[in-house]
Amino acid sequence: MHSWWRWLSVISLAMGISQAQANGWNMPIGVTDTSGDIYGLHMTIFWICVVIGVLVFGAMFYSLFRYRYSKGAKASHFHEHTGVEVLWTVIPLLILVGMAVPATATLKDMYDSSDAELDVMVTGQQWRWRYEYLGEDVAFTSNMSTPRAQISGEETRGEHYLLEVDEPLVLPINRKIRLLMTSDDVIHSWWVPDLAVKQDSIPGFINENWVKINEPGIYRGQCAELCGIDHGFMPVVVHAMEEAAFEDWLIGRKEAAAEKAMGVDREWAMAELAERGESVYQSICSSCHQVDGQGSPPAFPALANNEQLISDVDWHIDKVLNGVSGAAMPAFRSTLNPVEIAAVVTYTRNAWGNDTGDVVQPSTVAEQISE
Amino acid sequence: MAPKLPPQPPLQHSTTAVADGQAHGHAAPPKGIWRWLLTTNHKEIGTLYLIFSLTMFFIGGIFALVVRAELFQPGLQLIEPEFFNQMTTMHGLIMVFAAVMPAFTGLANWMIPLQIGAPDMALPRLNNFSFWLLPVAFTLLLSTLFMPGGGPNFGWTFYAPLSTNYGPPSTTFFILALHIAGISSILGAINIIATILNMRAPGMRLMDMPLFVWTWLVTAFLLIAVMPVLAGVITMMLMDINFGTSFFNAAGGGDPVLFQHLFWFFGHPEVYIMILPAFGIVSAIIPTFARKPLFGYASMVYATAAIALLSFLVWAHHMFVVGLPLVAELFFMYSTMLIAVPTGVKVFNWITTLFRGSISFESPMLFALAFVVLFTIGGFSGLMLAIAPADFQYHDTYFVVAHFHYVLVPGAIFAIMAGVYYWLPKWTGHYPNERLAQWHFWFSVIGVNLTFFPMHFAGLAGMPRRIPDYALQFADFNLLSSIGAFFFGASQLLFVLGVILCVRGGKKAPAKAWEGAVDLEWSVPSPAPLHTFETPPVFHRAST
Repeated sequence: MHSWWRWLSVISLAMGISQAQANGWNMPIGVTDTSGDIYGLHMTIFWICVVIGVLVFGAMFYSLFRYRYSKGAKASHFHEHTGVEVLWTVIPLLILVGMAVPATATLKDMYDSSDAELDVMVTGQQWRWRYEYLGEDVAFTSNMSTPRAQISGEETRGEHYLLEVDEPLVLPINRKIRLLMTSDDVIHSWWVPDLAVKQDSIPGFINENWVKINEPGIYRGQCAELCGIDHGFMPVVVHAMEEAAFEDWLIGRKEAAAEKAMGVDREWAMAELAERGESVYQSICSSCHQVDGQGSPPAFPALANNEQLISDVDWHIDKVLNGVSGAAMPAFRSTLNPVEIAAVVTYTRNAWGNDTGDVVQPSTVAEQISE
Repeated sequence: MAPKLPPQPPLQHSTTAVADGQAHGHAAPPKGIWRWLLTTNHKEIGTLYLIFSLTMFFIGGIFALVVRAELFQPGLQLIEPEFFNQMTTMHGLIMVFAAVMPAFTGLANWMIPLQIGAPDMALPRLNNFSFWLLPVAFTLLLSTLFMPGGGPNFGWTFYAPLSTNYGPPSTTFFILALHIAGISSILGAINIIATILNMRAPGMRLMDMPLFVWTWLVTAFLLIAVMPVLAGVITMMLMDINFGTSFFNAAGGGDPVLFQHLFWFFGHPEVYIMILPAFGIVSAIIPTFARKPLFGYASMVYATAAIALLSFLVWAHHMFVVGLPLVAELFFMYSTMLIAVPTGVKVFNWITTLFRGSISFESPMLFALAFVVLFTIGGFSGLMLAIAPADFQYHDTYFVVAHFHYVLVPGAIFAIMAGVYYWLPKWTGHYPNERLAQWHFWFSVIGVNLTFFPMHFAGLAGMPRRIPDYALQFADFNLLSSIGAFFFGASQLLFVLGVILCVRGGKKAPAKAWEGAVDLEWSVPSPAPLHTFETPPVFHRAST
């Protein structure tokens, strides 16, 4: 075998053309009809480019080889021909029309989100996703669950490093689900390659997309639009279930939410609140204000030894509930329940040397919410 | 390396128009720094632009290497995400506005008057001002890195509201810097148009101009059309940040998507601003070393104009996933696909120019040929990105990063380097060291492909752009890209070495340094004296 031929096979193998699917070098075919259509378009246009490339570069390298000055080539002097100019304008045009037809059909299908059986509101927040099953009274946030110690390299990185969350979006298979996208702060983009859904979530806008998943499984993606410091740490995980399993999950989720919010009226002890608060702080607050409460000023102020925070408990609760306008701090009044807010405020007021001794009761927070 | 190149043309001792530049009229130029601060000479200003651009190329390159170093393996090793974002942002801003654009302006300053037989640019003092705005703008921009809260960290596309309500305090300085750079570009463009339209040698019609002049004429109109749009959008940002307006703030009734429409109405023509002059350079070099006239000159001009016109109609292909209506998606998909047609015409014309030529492979030619191949690969991925449904998967991934680096690095930057090797004999009077130049070429080709080709796979496999850390399945691609980037970066030192050696000495070049060269710049001595064409040359149309 000629050595150049061996090289060519190595290169084409390296390009993953033969086994593009198996080795994660190519776009996934995915698990929806749309993702399959898109994969088909992708491979069609790819092969069109390959064929054109072979012809064009073939002609080029033939000329470079054949008409070398060093081999005594004498230059001709022809320099125009209207016929060929027309030809190589019209032929590409026809190829493009041929490509535009299936692309248009796919796009029309992707834009038709009518007749959805389930609506899910997806809200981007720096740097987590919030999912709300419209009409089902189920809503939760989904945070990256990869420990910071894995990122810094102190722990061994797991199989789904950076692509794992505390609570995935659970969806039924075989049902058309409409996804409504918006954002609380900057522009994010919700992307799961296996579902071929990528849609910007934009403050002040509600974008529509839809998905109908054919196979149960866990599908992973991440935020695709630069959204600040932790843009790289904002994964999307979708857990697709059989329809019956999904219904069970939905009922269980409703009960769990009710349980979590319980106890607003009772008196809580400091230790109880601080413990609950620490876990809320780690999953929600620490990405900006840091685990040690030092923040990263000026964008993200320190909470440890923060004079204003220590001296004014009402101000503190207000900022957590309503956010800080014109700054990165979001409002948590609809994201967290009163118990969680009371817990995280109590924790913050008693951690890292903030020894205020304050215990903020969930009932106080609930009062402030209803005001 | 450098096997069997044809002999360079002999030195002629003819004295037509030789070195009479200094002989009369002008007061002696000021010495030292004042000479450069006050110069109104197009050659000196061209040199200033080129030195500035090369300096910024290395600064922007170092930023890229910081990014690649962090991405060498998964995890956060060297820098924090906050600084990572500043590095990606600054890399993009510096490379676009301070390296590529000034390099083309520098080449325009040097070569347009020489190629059209003009004694200088039409507006020499304005020319000086245009240049000296640039160091001011980019000193200001780079200084933001040392300000509290750091420099711009929202990507070179600075999408609102990340750059407005959520930007660092230094954003106002970033806006000011971009304003100054924009003014510089507009003034430069006005000067180029005035020069080309008014100062051509007697007898030279528009359709006789070398393609580098043509492409720059079109580019200059693009600049004048879109730079004010950029100025508008950053002024609106300035208002949102400092004066309480809500152009882009949804909470105040503003529209974050409006920002993107305005930005890309500037941004898409901007990418053609960075590639059209490259087409011009390649269209000069390929005929010279194929010893055969450019095939389809007129269709090249029409294709350039067609690309420029279409560039105003395709901006929203950068926004396929922002939730545009279906009709808009279709319109922008079709118009974007159409751009492939005139671009294809150009590639076909270059290749037909090679056909039945007499081809030699000096370093300018090598870079020009690599341009044709690698730019076309970037064009192919561009065509793929134009397919709107597929773009839902490609958008904001490393596939896009691979695409635009293929058209910008082995596209725009290789063309600039081809131009530098091509015209260095004219500028310095010496040939660049061919052996060194060929090493530089092969290292660059290997480096550029090793860096950017794996990015296609990383993107298709699902890696978003602008992330400081990534999932483990992307590790191999990133490893290769990082190795390639350091290799490419280091090999650019050969370029600097080659240029310095060429300025200091080397084989002497005659007026017509390349056997197959035909344009007017080759009729003046090498090195070109400070003043040329004080008497307009008579332009002889190539007999056809």
